[in-house]
Amino acid sequence: MEFKFVRINMATRECTFEPVPEEYQGLGGRGLTSTVVAREVIPTCTAIGPHNKLVFAPGLLGATNAPNSNRISVGCKSPLTGGIKESNAGGQCGGYLARMGIMALVVENMATEGEWWQLELTKDSAKLVPCTVANLNNFETVEKLRKVYGDKCGYITIGRAGEMKLTAASIACTDRELRPTRHCGRGGSGAVMGSKGLKAIIVNPEGGDIAPMVDEAAFKAASKRFAKALNDHAITQGLADFGSAVLVNILHEAGGLPTKNFTCGQFEGHEDVSGEMLNKNTRERGGEGKVAHGCMTGCLLRCSGLYPDLQGKLKGKWPEYETLWCFGPHSGIRDLDAIVDFDRMCDDIGLDTIDVGVAMGVAMAGGAIPYGDAEAVRRVLQEVSDGTPLGRIIGSGTATTGRVYGVRRVPCVKGQGLPAYDPRAVKGIGVTYATTPMGADHTAGYSVTANILHNGGYVDPLKKEGQIELSRNLQIATASVDSTGLCLFTAFAILDDPDALPAVVDMLNAKFGWKLTCDDVSTLGQRILSTEIDFNRRAGFTEAADRLPDYFTDETVPPHNTNFDITPEELDTVHNYIKK
Amino acid sequence: MHVKVMLSTTLRDLVQGYNPHVGIDMEPENGTTAGLLAEAIGIPPAEIKIVMINGRSSSLAAVLNDNDRVAFFPAVGGG
Ligand code: SF4
Repeated sequence: MEFKFVRINMATRECTFEPVPEEYQGLGGRGLTSTVVAREVIPTCTAIGPHNKLVFAPGLLGATNAPNSNRISVGCKSPLTGGIKESNAGGQCGGYLARMGIMALVVENMATEGEWWQLELTKDSAKLVPCTVANLNNFETVEKLRKVYGDKCGYITIGRAGEMKLTAASIACTDRELRPTRHCGRGGSGAVMGSKGLKAIIVNPEGGDIAPMVDEAAFKAASKRFAKALNDHAITQGLADFGSAVLVNILHEAGGLPTKNFTCGQFEGHEDVSGEMLNKNTRERGGEGKVAHGCMTGCLLRCSGLYPDLQGKLKGKWPEYETLWCFGPHSGIRDLDAIVDFDRMCDDIGLDTIDVGVAMGVAMAGGAIPYGDAEAVRRVLQEVSDGTPLGRIIGSGTATTGRVYGVRRVPCVKGQGLPAYDPRAVKGIGVTYATTPMGADHTAGYSVTANILHNGGYVDPLKKEGQIELSRNLQIATASVDSTGLCLFTAFAILDDPDALPAVVDMLNAKFGWKLTCDDVSTLGQRILSTEIDFNRRAGFTEAADRLPDYFTDETVPPHNTNFDITPEELDTVHNYIKK
Repeated sequence: MHVKVMLSTTLRDLVQGYNPHVGIDMEPENGTTAGLLAEAIGIPPAEIKIVMINGRSSSLAAVLNDNDRVAFFPAVGGG
């Protein structure tokens, strides 16, 4: 199999296959998208203009039978943050691209404004054809495309939010059952796709295959060890049974569950929106509901359940913890069925649930909608799809909403909404929010592991000691994991099981004939972060952007009544491995 | 003395009739530890990965005080 790049010029509609350029050899996933963006995109460009590029890349372990290895990364300059962005998703498309030998799909330039195109992609052809599904949201888009292209393809699409180029617009990827529910959510990549005039990518994996291995036997053995590490790990069962929402109750207990726009760390209605409740309702209602569902082929962890309505008909997927949180405690809503609907609406319209959910709570703080009013949230989400002024404001995310409604406490870093952990009660994640080049993002260095979950050691979440180092190490490790195509939830095992990381390294070596050691993994992570931070510097970000909003320092949050006391000088040491 | 015990996920299945909205109210002897409390309600200590007392990470060996809120968790993770 030949590894290749596909470049799509939206202005000329030329589609070119080329061998992987020398400078991008050996990279995958986030490492590849960030390197292409850093080399080929002018950092000061208009994110929704012709100079931005949208890069899709499967990970280095794509096109293998390794467990949980089929994620897809998307990279670009973010219209939300103005900095570099990588966002990754599960579903089938990452695995398909990898099996087609496509290491990167680079979408360049833009179509004539007002025109919509869809890309038909096979392993050796790429063709832009006039779009037949413009103006539709994701579910209808995919339903229509399936009628033409069938059920063997994967679909990468934007909904109306992406078409409107709203800065919280996501890119949807279809899951195993062809539902457009796995999203590259953060940072507005959907707006970039919309700006290019690209509505959909039809990924036809026909003729694709797993990549040839330099040492097949060694790969098999290493993959087996990795699967064992995942299966044996104690967190695995809980993830399948309760989803990532298993975190609701533990964050409430720890006083780190941001409530009512980060004014309290505990939510009275936590139990109603918990993973335990998802599990209970799903089992009791039965029907099309399902506990333990994998979003992509080869997932052993299966965190993504299916939620039935009272009649047992499929209502939506189990919302992630972050989604439950922002529409739940943050917005004062304790109606689980309503939140499942909001999640589904966001998937349909093509919205980042986090930035939009956080925006809802901020709109409530600004008096635009009543606190705790689920029906108002439902109406406003519909307005995003309809493109009303209020809908567009909310669909542009937290920062815009806060500004429009004159809200003083707007939880953002680099313009991106804070996820579901109060940085004053989980200080390690506060360091990550502040210093990751992505803008506030928990996945970029998930310090909740050691702060709350006793995973990979323990660092007291309420004290400042140890948080800088914790966040630094996790940010570096994550940049590497994001390059392999592995789902980040494999990191729980990687952090605890001494054989898990060596197994990943052995798989890479066996696939490519490399001689990497575990140390090289952290060198790779450092290199990726350096590349990303350098892009941000050239885009105009200084270290002054690596801060939480000042009210997190000024004000304490109950129940622990702690503030965020890690100083700017300390934050500036996070990336101390970068030579100035 | 009085303590409240909260359980999560699979630990709930070990205690019949557990009501997550109220937890379990107990009146243990002075000097009781979190671990003894767990055993008293029928949860094997090996099932417990995380102990929180009044919202702070603690251990099974911790001696409890009047009005403490004790929460037990198995290994959990998500994000
Ligand atoms: S653990 Fe969850 S997010 Fe990760 S691949 Fe499996 S279902 Fe998808």
